[in-house]
Amino acid sequence: MSAVETVLIAMLAGALRVSTPFLFVSLGECLTERAGRINLGNEGVLVLGAMVAYATSYLTGSPWLGVLAAAGAGAALGGLHGVLCALTRVNDVAMGIAILLAGDGIAFFFGKPFVQPSAPGLPGLPLGGWSTVPQVQSALTVSPLFPLGVAVAFGMAWMFRATRLGLRLRIVGDSADAARALGLPINRTRLLATAAGSALAGIGGAFLSLVYPGSWNESLSSGQGLMAVALVVFARWSPVGCLGASLLFGAAGALGPSLQTVGVTSYYYLFYAAPFVLTLLVLVATVRPGRAVRGMPGELSIAR
Amino acid sequence: MTTAKAAVGVEAAGIGKRFGAFTALAGIDMKVRSGTVHGLLGENGAGKSTLVKCLMGYYRADEGGFLVDGKEAAIARPADADALGLGMVYQHFTLVPSMTVAENLVIARGQVPAVINWGRERAALDAFMARMPFPIRLDATVGTLSAGERQKTEILKQLYLQRRLLVLDEPTSVLTPREAEEMLGLMQGLAHGGTATVVVITHKLSDVTRFTDEVTVLRRGRLAGRGKTAGLSRGDLTAMMIGEPHAPTRPERQGGAEAAVRLTVRNLRAAGDAGQPVLDIAALDVRAHEIVGVAGVSGNGQKELLEALGGQRPGGGAVRVDGTPYAATRRQSQALRVRVIPEEPLRNGCVPGMSVVDNLNLRLFDQREDGGRRSWLDLGGMRRRAARMIAGYGVRAASPEVPIGVLSGGNVQRCVLARELDGVVSLLVVANPCFGLDVKAVAEVRARLMAARNAGCAILLISEDLDEILELADRIVVMRRGRVVHEAPAAGADPHAIGAHMLDAQAAGGARTEPSPALA
Repeated sequence: MSAVETVLIAMLAGALRVSTPFLFVSLGECLTERAGRINLGNEGVLVLGAMVAYATSYLTGSPWLGVLAAAGAGAALGGLHGVLCALTRVNDVAMGIAILLAGDGIAFFFGKPFVQPSAPGLPGLPLGGWSTVPQVQSALTVSPLFPLGVAVAFGMAWMFRATRLGLRLRIVGDSADAARALGLPINRTRLLATAAGSALAGIGGAFLSLVYPGSWNESLSSGQGLMAVALVVFARWSPVGCLGASLLFGAAGALGPSLQTVGVTSYYYLFYAAPFVLTLLVLVATVRPGRAVRGMPGELSIAR
Repeated sequence: MTTAKAAVGVEAAGIGKRFGAFTALAGIDMKVRSGTVHGLLGENGAGKSTLVKCLMGYYRADEGGFLVDGKEAAIARPADADALGLGMVYQHFTLVPSMTVAENLVIARGQVPAVINWGRERAALDAFMARMPFPIRLDATVGTLSAGERQKTEILKQLYLQRRLLVLDEPTSVLTPREAEEMLGLMQGLAHGGTATVVVITHKLSDVTRFTDEVTVLRRGRLAGRGKTAGLSRGDLTAMMIGEPHAPTRPERQGGAEAAVRLTVRNLRAAGDAGQPVLDIAALDVRAHEIVGVAGVSGNGQKELLEALGGQRPGGGAVRVDGTPYAATRRQSQALRVRVIPEEPLRNGCVPGMSVVDNLNLRLFDQREDGGRRSWLDLGGMRRRAARMIAGYGVRAASPEVPIGVLSGGNVQRCVLARELDGVVSLLVVANPCFGLDVKAVAEVRARLMAARNAGCAILLISEDLDEILELADRIVVMRRGRVVHEAPAAGADPHAIGAHMLDAQAAGGARTEPSPALA
């Protein structure tokens, strides 16, 4: 196998693996923002979800229960954000940062006893059986959370387009005036969207502790929760766009490690920065000054 | 969709509404007979909007109640009004900008199925649209429609919902004369045909006398008069509205345009919010002692022209004032005495959270009397200047120190006029200065513009109100799709010929619902 093939296969594996937490957090953020609210707290939710998933899996022996518990913990923290932001004169950006720090703090406080023990992780799905190349087989052993995330992405896109719930959510996110005229409950809709979005972010955290890297410690997250906010902008608030953005981001993130496997070790930190440089380049190429960002929900506090 | 329900009559009995210490409405009786067009008249702040908002369930009346179809109706929430078949077309639009027309129509329905079958909805919408007098493209995103098209979409939405009573809030303010006539004629047809009763809130007496059957007039929250339109003269209506017979006097025009060109615009181009080209003006001149009126259907580049001249939108091309290149920097605008009165002055020309005093001084707070720069503010001088403007323009504010954002629209407009017309002005660019003002304020604003012109100011008047342009302008230019397509002296101009130039390509090409005026 040539070096180029090795790198490409490693990048494919990386894209499938590294992208999953980005996918869940960006989908969650996308859902929340389409309802007109920003939740920067999803980074804290991610860390809390990772801790709760790991602890639950360790205590019950069931990683799937861990995923559920992570979603529940996410929904609770997101719900808190939603309730607080519904109060008058509460700014969702500032509140989100408070939620971020709260999520980190709660996770570190309760997570201390779980750093040492080893919890059962989620088993992978071997989708590479058709190939005889071991690298391909290993690359295509994906976590069941990845296809779940893909299904959520398409499901959410369908929901926005063709369901009552989806249209109501978009109205609330795009024009509070219109929502009031139609008698839609703005705060309740945003609360539910924020809670559901954070539940998804919690699942992203479960992936970190139960799949890859597959352990719990305080430096588990490297800012995926915050990068996901940028990914949503990059994806123009489209769930399928979030899927594409996460895959691209994951593949770019795998570039450095992949090159290492074939012996390219110089410029390691440069390659490590590839996803961020890529995001910047794409944003610069697609956004023009003086031009409104297309697809941005009109009720976002940063759009008004 | 079921068959159309019959028009319904509505009666308001003794409606009263207070906001804190302020009495917005007291003892209002209104009787709207089914199958009629009813005019609801009054000056700004007379309580017209408050009354219909009570009827629509937005506000809860403190006293009195409504009868719908002769039966007492408890209207506590918008949903209650919905259920009774009462619908309203608002002055500010309630469509969701990022959604298509089709999505907006479907979601407006009370009962939307949990999963929307777009195939079937489209077939139903196409059939509905085929019956409508004005077509709107169902796939167009509402945000890309012009104001006139949005208004039409709002009306279509109400018809789609099969309302039995429709309230239109200032429906003709964003339409061309021909569109307005067409739309009101259509409403009259709907009412007299028994499909829906129509209530029109308006300032325009010509709309009232031509298209309504009966009127109710409010003044300062009280019933000022009502009756059959046929039995009332314009003088009667104005008297009811402002309390005294009032014939708006035409401001006197003195002297003609001078030879010297104040404003020279050459090859001015600018892009719209989505980056598409929207403005391409080859040549436009305004002379001292002259008002040039820019007519056009809204969304044909007027907003961008104002913004480009006012420094709010980057544009390519040459703009000169008194022969000096002009880029709307603060230094240039102060030195050349250029002032701008934008549309929606609260959003475009004021800092809503700053006080009335501060806002009245935005042009001059950093300038000394001798023209030099000022680092320390002269607070006493600012207060005195503000007091002079407040008195001179009759601004009504609780105190000069309240944030300007709490003032009514008319008072904000007066503040901006006072600030922009203060002192010697050599060039004034003004857009829709009378938008949403009442009869008295309109006459006052027009008189002030004419006075500025008579004093030697060059004025570029951008307006969607053709009557206003015909009254004030010395010369008229028509903008369509970002270009100047017609120019004529105002004296003896034919409104219908100008209207034809405003619409020309749209009517001819059948492309009236094209999203934005892209340049060919």
